[in-house]
Amino acid sequence: MTDRQDMTTPGAKSDGMMSPDVAARRVAASIGGRRQRERRFKSYGLIAIGIALAFLVILFASIFSKGIPGFFQHYVTLEVTLDRAKLDPAGDLSLQSLYDGDARGAIRAALYEATGASGRSGRKAAGKIISQGAEQRLRKAVIDDPSILGTTQSMVFAVDDDVDSFLRGFISRDTPEADRRINDKMIGYIDQLVADNRIEYAFSDYLIFGSASRNAEMAGIFGAFVGSMLTLSVCLVLAFPLGVATAVYLEEFAPKNRLTEIIEININNLAAVPSVVFGILGLAIFIGIFGMPRSIPLIGGVVLALMTLPTIIISSRAAIRAVPPSIRDAALGVGASRMQTMLHHVVPLAMPGMLTGTIIGMAQALGETAPLLMIGMVAFIVDVPGSVTDPGTVLPVQIFMWADFAERMFVQKTSAAIIVLLAFLISMNAAAIFIRKKLERRW
Amino acid sequence: MRLTFALVGAIALTGVTTAASARDYLSIAGSSTVLPFATIVAEQLGNNPSFKTPVVESGGSSVGKKGVCEGIGTEFIDIGNASSRMKTGELEYCAGNGVDLTEIKVGYDGIVVASSKAAAPLNISKADLGMALTAKVSVCSSGAQNYNCTQMIDNPFMKWSDINPSYPDVEIRVYGPPTTSGTRGSFVEMVNEKGYCKKDELMKTALAAAGEKAKACRAMRQDGAFIEAGEQDNLIVQKLQEDPNAFGIFGFSYLDQNSDTLQGAIIDGGAPTFEAIAEGSYSVSRALYFYVKHAHMGVVPGMEEYMAEWVKHWGDDGVLSDAGMIPMPMAERDQYLAAMKDLPKLTADMLK
Repeated sequence: MTDRQDMTTPGAKSDGMMSPDVAARRVAASIGGRRQRERRFKSYGLIAIGIALAFLVILFASIFSKGIPGFFQHYVTLEVTLDRAKLDPAGDLSLQSLYDGDARGAIRAALYEATGASGRSGRKAAGKIISQGAEQRLRKAVIDDPSILGTTQSMVFAVDDDVDSFLRGFISRDTPEADRRINDKMIGYIDQLVADNRIEYAFSDYLIFGSASRNAEMAGIFGAFVGSMLTLSVCLVLAFPLGVATAVYLEEFAPKNRLTEIIEININNLAAVPSVVFGILGLAIFIGIFGMPRSIPLIGGVVLALMTLPTIIISSRAAIRAVPPSIRDAALGVGASRMQTMLHHVVPLAMPGMLTGTIIGMAQALGETAPLLMIGMVAFIVDVPGSVTDPGTVLPVQIFMWADFAERMFVQKTSAAIIVLLAFLISMNAAAIFIRKKLERRW
Repeated sequence: MRLTFALVGAIALTGVTTAASARDYLSIAGSSTVLPFATIVAEQLGNNPSFKTPVVESGGSSVGKKGVCEGIGTEFIDIGNASSRMKTGELEYCAGNGVDLTEIKVGYDGIVVASSKAAAPLNISKADLGMALTAKVSVCSSGAQNYNCTQMIDNPFMKWSDINPSYPDVEIRVYGPPTTSGTRGSFVEMVNEKGYCKKDELMKTALAAAGEKAKACRAMRQDGAFIEAGEQDNLIVQKLQEDPNAFGIFGFSYLDQNSDTLQGAIIDGGAPTFEAIAEGSYSVSRALYFYVKHAHMGVVPGMEEYMAEWVKHWGDDGVLSDAGMIPMPMAERDQYLAAMKDLPKLTADMLK
């Protein structure tokens, strides 16, 4: 209000210009308010960043506090007598013969020896201490080194997930016996194993090298990791060349008409389509029409490629557009064809930008589960896929499945798997930033 | 670029050749309640070096029943899991696609209403539990309030003690699965519909007056007393541990795994224990099934062995009961063991 009054004061010149002292007064009068508004505006930004950071810190704190213990688990050392006739009844050391053999009995005998368990209920309780994966581990040890047959070996086995939770202190001894999954007899045996120094808390090799399993102590991410890599490679091989070719054509060769306009608009729209829609497309076309099997990384990769194509096309076009016209003009000026100009000059110069877009698209694809749901990759798959046509699953699906199982040890395994997935995403994004910083030319 | 075309071509080719070749692993899909048990059995079969581990997909009972009926051929699943029995309509869909099935029951699963051990235990009748959770009820009074009990009204009960003073004086707050879940479907059918609406005289007349069927009672309250907590039962377990006044609806195996912190409500005098569900004195329980496609027997390797693996583990001391599945009585086990051998074709008469 005061400002307006100033303008009408006799000091103001008739042509509408303020005299310098009036202007200075106006500035001086409003400066406090303007600065305050600016401070407020800045503080909104800071609050927004602060909230985002706080959530990030909470997320990381909760994942790491739960996930770091997931990288470790308890193991028990037992002296196992490896009787040749019992373990390898056919005597040919084949997988089938070892499977038919009594690995379980040999481990149980060693366990009863170590705990002194006797009687039906005692033996049953002792048997629950050790993981069901122990037999597989023993068979693998025999295959790796058949000379151990006929000797007594000190072997390390994982303990059952309930016992692991007990040893971590998640199951209290004070709980009434009927209410806990570890009964008093088992606690007695566990205490004895601890006293004999047979129990150790060590890095969980199952988590890294194991595949999906319903026994929480044996569950690992290896199968899902391989599945993720296979799916992503199919995705990359399809999406990158197609995306770059589309971008080059649209940017350099395509005539500007109604048709190319429609194509452009649709590519931009495609980037906003919910990812599950691509899964339905994959189900209808690849499984429905082509009759390909469900759950295979090949289809997963194709579906994810469709999903990442718009990202790659859009970023590649931006990268091509950023190459200065003078480069094209120079190449054309010395007599290069348009294709030569493209392949020798523009594409190489735009490559860092294209790669950045591709890596970000791949990182997105790595974290997707929704499109894979439709094509059967959200599944419990134990066998590690050997090729893109073997059934396989991916890391985020593994995390999703583990989060839903009732056994408590899966909570830690889930967070540990999340840490692995995050590490991958961060390194992929770091690679994108590195490429952008190191290789990108500025004009 | 030439390399790229070669690669794309190679991928397309592998796809085509795979499609032509037979599948050498079992493909199973269906109920998320059966999944934890089916995966245990699948893993056990996979331990045998002669067989690949079956692929077990989730998706819900309807996916299991519909998926197995979709057609014959390796692109379709071999076995469908379900936590509710096939209906005649679903069987007709099968017949329409030329699919013959055998029904195998594998065990039972209890649905529990659990709360933190820190809270007072709830001992409630099925009818009252239904009355507390059904969206529209018919009551004459609740506390000091009087209502017109000839018609259905929005559920007025705020506290458990409003229904019966012997129940705890805390707000009704129940976490449960969403409508896509088989657990939810079974619960509302057994408790809301059959436990309450078909038993309660006031409700029967009110329903008749409104011209509605008892199926209308399957709608849960939407005023905040019943809270949909997503498909993740572990999330409900966590909520209960944090909030001692809340209750949660989930499968028995989650109560079994968390028996040191959670307790199950006693319903119609039965506590949700392993033994009570097995002998039927705890009434909120349902059977778990899988459906085997005849046309795939002998085509996809491992079908017989997969079924045999269930038999090995479905007993009282098996790994499945350890994971929370309730075993069948001996007679039923024998019946379904015979069905695995003879593979009787599922007919509409058998479902009645």
